Amino acid sequence: MAQEAYITGIGQSEVGVRLPRHPLLLTLDAAREAVADAGLTFEQIDGVFSYPGKSHGYLAFSPVGTDEVMEALGIKSKWQMGAMEQPAQLSAIGMAAMAVKQGLCRHVLCFRTVYEAGGMADPETYMAGMGAKTVTGMQQWTSPFWATSAACWTAQYAARHVHRYGMTREQLGQIAINASKNAMANPRARAITKEELTLDKYMSARMISTPLCLYDCDRFSDASTVIIVSAGDALDEVTATPIRVAAMAGSVDRYSWDQVEWPASYDTGPDLWKHTDYTPDDVDCVQFYDGFAFLPLTWLEGLGFCEKGSAHEFVEGGTRIARDGELPMNTSGGQLGSGRLHGFGFAHEAVTQLRKVGGERQIPGDPKVAVATSGGGPLAAALLLARD
Amino acid sequence: MNPPRPVPKLDDANRAFWTGGAEGKLNITRCGDCGQYTHPPQILCRHCQSENVAPEAVAGTGAVETMSVNHQPWAKGLEVPYVIARVRLDGVPGVYLTTNIVNCEVDEVAFDDPVRVVFEEQDGIFYPLFEKAD
Repeated sequence: MAQEAYITGIGQSEVGVRLPRHPLLLTLDAAREAVADAGLTFEQIDGVFSYPGKSHGYLAFSPVGTDEVMEALGIKSKWQMGAMEQPAQLSAIGMAAMAVKQGLCRHVLCFRTVYEAGGMADPETYMAGMGAKTVTGMQQWTSPFWATSAACWTAQYAARHVHRYGMTREQLGQIAINASKNAMANPRARAITKEELTLDKYMSARMISTPLCLYDCDRFSDASTVIIVSAGDALDEVTATPIRVAAMAGSVDRYSWDQVEWPASYDTGPDLWKHTDYTPDDVDCVQFYDGFAFLPLTWLEGLGFCEKGSAHEFVEGGTRIARDGELPMNTSGGQLGSGRLHGFGFAHEAVTQLRKVGGERQIPGDPKVAVATSGGGPLAAALLLARD
Repeated sequence: MNPPRPVPKLDDANRAFWTGGAEGKLNITRCGDCGQYTHPPQILCRHCQSENVAPEAVAGTGAVETMSVNHQPWAKGLEVPYVIARVRLDGVPGVYLTTNIVNCEVDEVAFDDPVRVVFEEQDGIFYPLFEKAD
């Protein structure tokens, strides 16, 4: 019997660059905070879900498996999943929501742990697969041409917005500037953002892959984020304000960065609204995946907050997406401002805002509906979250 | 001096693409039944699932669909800047190649510029790069 799914607990470890703390311990830090936040104990957790599962060839990307978390915390799990072959990072939370909706689990611990900065200090352990002699799979169509990073791939779409729609660097820059302003109000972002980014500083930054400059790219970080997803009929066990997963959507057309015309956000966006009575007008804040600054623009357009080809105009000047604007965006600083938490940070922040516990960075009013997204390029997943 | 380019791992599906330059051919996998192209190459047609597929030399000309000037050296010694482009191929609808536009300055490349393939050989792999055709 299908029922509602709720996010009932959130937790986050210290966020840093080259943290000495072991990534399993970072994960447990976040897990303890999330379970305590929900008012639960680990005995009540009966599912563990993660994205993308332990990444054995490149542990820095995902150093902790679901089994290790279960073993360390004594969790007796009924269902577990750690997998990369999903629409995008937040699909792990979506899958947990499906598990509780179907009654497979009552309280699922979902986590995403990254150790991409710390891992560089111990490449033998954390980056073992990086020395491969050949490239395979999707990367063989980009790496041989020194289109090595997702920055290069995203730049292809961003450059087209410049060419087709007239996007300027001043407009694109508002994403990173807004992120840095919000990060300055987020105590957990101190290791990532130390001062506010000005337009002058942005405009004089070195280019990575045009039109993306240094400040348009997120930065390797070490952190863990945990989200607890609970079944509607288990809410009496929870003490925190539950946030309902009102809708979710994901899409992959072809798993390719260069054979599709549009990033997957353009398919995921309209699909999200098919699963709910809410509309974009009901949304009080958006937490959009910003591994690269161009990606939030694709989400603004894909979700219908503005027309395709006009998001750069939507964000012009930055007032509309500011914390006191009509559509506050990435209020924690996003990944650009508060670290490459790889998707889960957006769900964490959406819940924070909907519970009105954002402190200095809390948006005004009585926010009830938020969108959190993840992914860019060929894969995307979105959650619509609501405080009833 | 640039470092060696990353080397694709050859298999039955992709070998003709990465080695066709030895004969000056840009090979794209085509279906012998429905006539459509499958790229990235597979051992079957992605349109009709026919297993009757084979590499076919295409014109090797096209146009710049989108492009970026890359300034970040992703490997030690990599010379920058260089152009990364997505090229749409003449006569091969729906197929794009990520590649480099070479033999000109980076600021001489623009959207929709006509381009033609030039191969760069490295240890038996023939990397299909493109240069301006006009």
